[in-house]
Amino acid sequence: MTAKQFLARQDFKSLLQALKAEAYSIIAPQVRDNAIVYEKIENISQLPRGILDIQAPGSYKLENEESERWFAWANGPQALKPLLFSPEEVLWSAELQDNKLAFKECAPDDKSVAVIGVRACDLAALDLQDKHFLQKEYSDAHYQKRRENILLIAVNCSHPADTCFCVSTGDGPFVSAGYDIVLTELEEGFLINPGSDKGSNICDQLPLCEATDQQTQQSFQQLENAINRQQRKLPNANLAKLLPDQLEHKQWDDIALRCLSCGNCTAVCPSCFCHSELDEQTLDGLSTQHIRQWDSCFNLDHSYIHGITIRAESKTRYRQWLTHKFAYWVEQYGRSGCVGCGRCITWCPVGIDVVQELKTIAGEANE
Amino acid sequence: MNNAYLPHEVEVVDRIQETSTIFTLRLRFTDPEIQTAYQFKPGQFNMVYLFGVGEVAISIVSDPRDDNLLDHTIRAVGRVTRGLAKLKIGDRLGIRGPYGRGWPLTEAEGKDVILVTGGLGCAPVVSVIRYVTRRRELFDRLVIMQGVKHSEDLIWGEQYAKWQKLPNTQVLLAASEQKKAGWPWYSGHVTNLMDKVIFNPHNAIAMMCGPEPMMHAAIEPLTRQGMSEQDMWLSMERNMHCAVGHCGHCQYGEKFICKHGPVFPYSEIKTLFAVKGF
Repeated sequence: MTAKQFLARQDFKSLLQALKAEAYSIIAPQVRDNAIVYEKIENISQLPRGILDIQAPGSYKLENEESERWFAWANGPQALKPLLFSPEEVLWSAELQDNKLAFKECAPDDKSVAVIGVRACDLAALDLQDKHFLQKEYSDAHYQKRRENILLIAVNCSHPADTCFCVSTGDGPFVSAGYDIVLTELEEGFLINPGSDKGSNICDQLPLCEATDQQTQQSFQQLENAINRQQRKLPNANLAKLLPDQLEHKQWDDIALRCLSCGNCTAVCPSCFCHSELDEQTLDGLSTQHIRQWDSCFNLDHSYIHGITIRAESKTRYRQWLTHKFAYWVEQYGRSGCVGCGRCITWCPVGIDVVQELKTIAGEANE
Repeated sequence: MNNAYLPHEVEVVDRIQETSTIFTLRLRFTDPEIQTAYQFKPGQFNMVYLFGVGEVAISIVSDPRDDNLLDHTIRAVGRVTRGLAKLKIGDRLGIRGPYGRGWPLTEAEGKDVILVTGGLGCAPVVSVIRYVTRRRELFDRLVIMQGVKHSEDLIWGEQYAKWQKLPNTQVLLAASEQKKAGWPWYSGHVTNLMDKVIFNPHNAIAMMCGPEPMMHAAIEPLTRQGMSEQDMWLSMERNMHCAVGHCGHCQYGEKFICKHGPVFPYSEIKTLFAVKGF
């Protein structure tokens, strides 16, 4: 391993300058509506300085502390997913003229985007989305174009939330693959390492110095603290084997008493890929846009087919989501669909804790 | 750019009203190059697009060897299909496909072919009947079973009468809620007739399409007679928006019905088959 490089905090703006010079549009965390969101930024004053997130089942709060740090929080409701798999986009359009139909492809965005502050959980989820949307036989052109144009600047997670369990899924808190640049935030600056040629090219333009042993030591200590901070753990049982045998477990009824079928969990889940397609016609009735938008297996329409709704109850919809995420996903894509980000726990309006529910179903509730 | 979601224009060449709610659209691509390149297997389906309304998955009824028209037999029951019912000859719509894996016709060669269908489930299977009857020497016995609720729901009645006269062929029709007199076939569920089927269960392939309880009821007697789960094939149906395994609606356990199916050997789907909610 090459010696780590160090980027002083006061030089962090040089990273933004280098990205701008390469014509990247820069997306980074900032505070909006009392949450961390990933949006376009122009300068470093927009970063969430001295902000902590306090997360619990059904609860998300931001607090201020006396700190220069910009990344001392775990995550917000969204990160990479909406940047690649758009919540709503036009796939194609059609025009009707003289009783003839003309279909027109809608070209995907073609701009380069750099995202600063990507977490290990989000990179793991990105890998899952890649597996889903970039299949050999049918690759999603819109997703693919954005994926080719994205530069991923990860920041190792130093402050996991109480809802996080990426250690338990094996996806974090340390970033290990799939990034262009990885940063570890220390008080006085950042350890920085490129992970790709594109990343190296950017790093070459920064005023870096060699990291001291003390800084490297601090980063190890920080990582260890981040690991120890995570108390939440998935059950020990092999869920891919266990869940398909527990389709009639009484806990599904218990969950259904609490679940509102609102779909918040699927909206914030970084790996959920369900979407629906629909037409929006112009008022003159001569042209139409064929739109794709995020859907959720918690919606009644999700399982509708010629007069029948396969999953009319919350119980079967929650079971569909959970068994897919933790069991059927393994056969589909070689691993569980959960990366331990904890978002579904935090953003559930009634605070259903997926880890706790799995433990109950696995008979490990008291462990 | 290869956009997997983009339909191609087709023209309604003919329209046949089969019953009060069921109709067949005979379609042809307006671009001759696409028409020539288009190939499908019985059991596969297309996404049929009605301008301004949306897409719906419809199985292809024609024989691949046919006169280059793509037949889709449709029941007017939902938003898109009720709109499709209003199309006239010369109208344009969109098609993309074909999708999914077709019926196991190569595996069925040299074997008895048992076709069990219910309601409009006969549509995805009629292409198999046409396929088998035109290549009769490749297959052993042909058994055609079709169940409907009422006798007036039966489509292609004349065809069944014709097929019945073919050598080494058995046709069994049933109407489960038949009250009127004059129905020459069985009154009751078609699956009650499974014991009347003359076939060699150890050298046969069954292909079924229709309501899941009907297919479930057919599996039991066929299993009892010695058929293996790998030889009983079912055409499954779930909500589909993309047809390429992306949108997630048709997931059935680990399967995507659109790309892994829509036809499956029973052995592949039996663990979830009778579980409500999947």
